[in-house]
Amino acid sequence: MADFLMPSLGADMEAGTLVEWLVKPGDWVKRGDVVAVVETQKGAIEIESFQPGQVEKILIGLNSKVPVGTPLAQIKTEAEGKAAVATPPPAPPPYPVTPAVPPGMVVATPVPRPPPVAAAAASPAARRLAQERGIDLSMIKGTGPGGTITYADVEQRLGAAVAVPPSEPMEKKRAIGLDLDAMRLAIAAAMARSKREIPHYYLEHRIDVSASEHWLAQRNETRPPESRLLMAALTIKAVALAAHRFPAFNGFYRDNKFESSKAVHVGTAIAIRGGGLAAPALHDADQLPLDELMSRMRDLIQRTRAGRIRGSEISDSTITVSSLGERGVEALYGVIYPPQVAIVGFGKTVTRPWVIDGAIGPRPVLAVTLSADHRVSDGHTGALFLAEIGKLLMEPDNL
Amino acid sequence: MSAIDIRKVIQEELNNIAPEADIASVDPVADLREAIDIDSMDFLNFVIAIHHRLGVDIPEIDYPKLVTLDGAFAYINGKLQAQQ
Repeated sequence: MADFLMPSLGADMEAGTLVEWLVKPGDWVKRGDVVAVVETQKGAIEIESFQPGQVEKILIGLNSKVPVGTPLAQIKTEAEGKAAVATPPPAPPPYPVTPAVPPGMVVATPVPRPPPVAAAAASPAARRLAQERGIDLSMIKGTGPGGTITYADVEQRLGAAVAVPPSEPMEKKRAIGLDLDAMRLAIAAAMARSKREIPHYYLEHRIDVSASEHWLAQRNETRPPESRLLMAALTIKAVALAAHRFPAFNGFYRDNKFESSKAVHVGTAIAIRGGGLAAPALHDADQLPLDELMSRMRDLIQRTRAGRIRGSEISDSTITVSSLGERGVEALYGVIYPPQVAIVGFGKTVTRPWVIDGAIGPRPVLAVTLSADHRVSDGHTGALFLAEIGKLLMEPDNL
Repeated sequence: MSAIDIRKVIQEELNNIAPEADIASVDPVADLREAIDIDSMDFLNFVIAIHHRLGVDIPEIDYPKLVTLDGAFAYINGKLQAQQ
């Protein structure tokens, strides 16, 4: 028996509200099937099963807000299902030994609510941190002199999930989908953490993209609109291929060490109308032919703007790409999304004087930037990585 | 198809992309990319929708002719007339 848990969809997520079940007891699920919709600060997220099996029991009802790590349903694994026919299964342990959570997802165990302490004494730094992150000091047991709450106590509390009693009614009624205010808070938390923890360094490279533009125009000329490619498909593919060749920019920095990822899942920054931003993952972008990458990107942008992102798309990205597109300015320097270690920015393509074979001519020029984590790489490797992206965009046949 | 119907289709499809925008009040000669904040993916979706609903295929090279409401109407109307 495995428990299907409320996943952590980012380091800043403490709890989620279950808003829709897409399965019922008795249903069989495959790995990757969407089984529930959970509302978080990032909007409504479709949660996938990471364990094949049969849904045994739904544990959490609709509109319940529960902390990360709370069992939402019990899933009987395939092996157990078969064994049950022959011999009665042994009594399940009170807690699952291996929770049904993908590797790489941070799952905090819900902590029991400690008895409230009247007028908690706390250090000024602890108070400030608690206030910044919306933590109730009376919920923390101090380990300092005379039970004073220290900065470390608050930090520890932030690391664990904040206990919210199950089935607590939602604080306010609102439509399922996007809440731009909540999204802004989520962006603020992630970006503040990034600037606090990650020593960024920045590089910029300018590329003559006439070859890519020419190649695109030719390819799109004879195609119906729904099969046309956008420049963004080329830039994302170029970053994905380069990230595969330069592992120091693709992966996660966690627990004071970097783990590079074999798979390249490109977080794609998508602007939400009205002032939101999300960067869900295009899975295995380095492996996708351009047409496939383009149709997945269209689907991802549509779903993101409609507030339907899948859980794996929120937590899986190994590197992020942010593009300004046709409007705006020439260069964009991104802030790394932790625990990732790099973000690549593309500005607006502009026509600029360019020297070609000793003569000056007008060329479409695209600025590509890299913000990377100095704990993992340095400017030398970063420059090679950025140059590789430029080279790929100058030879679009290789994408 | 009447001129009013064509304008209505354009308005509806732009509204699908920018639900919060009041297309009727947009200056007909303003650049739509600025006026209702649409990007290249939005514009591609608009071109796809026009292709599906009116059978008008807009090649990439003609995109600049459609960046205003008046421009989009004149282009689509011209194409439909030519088809008849």
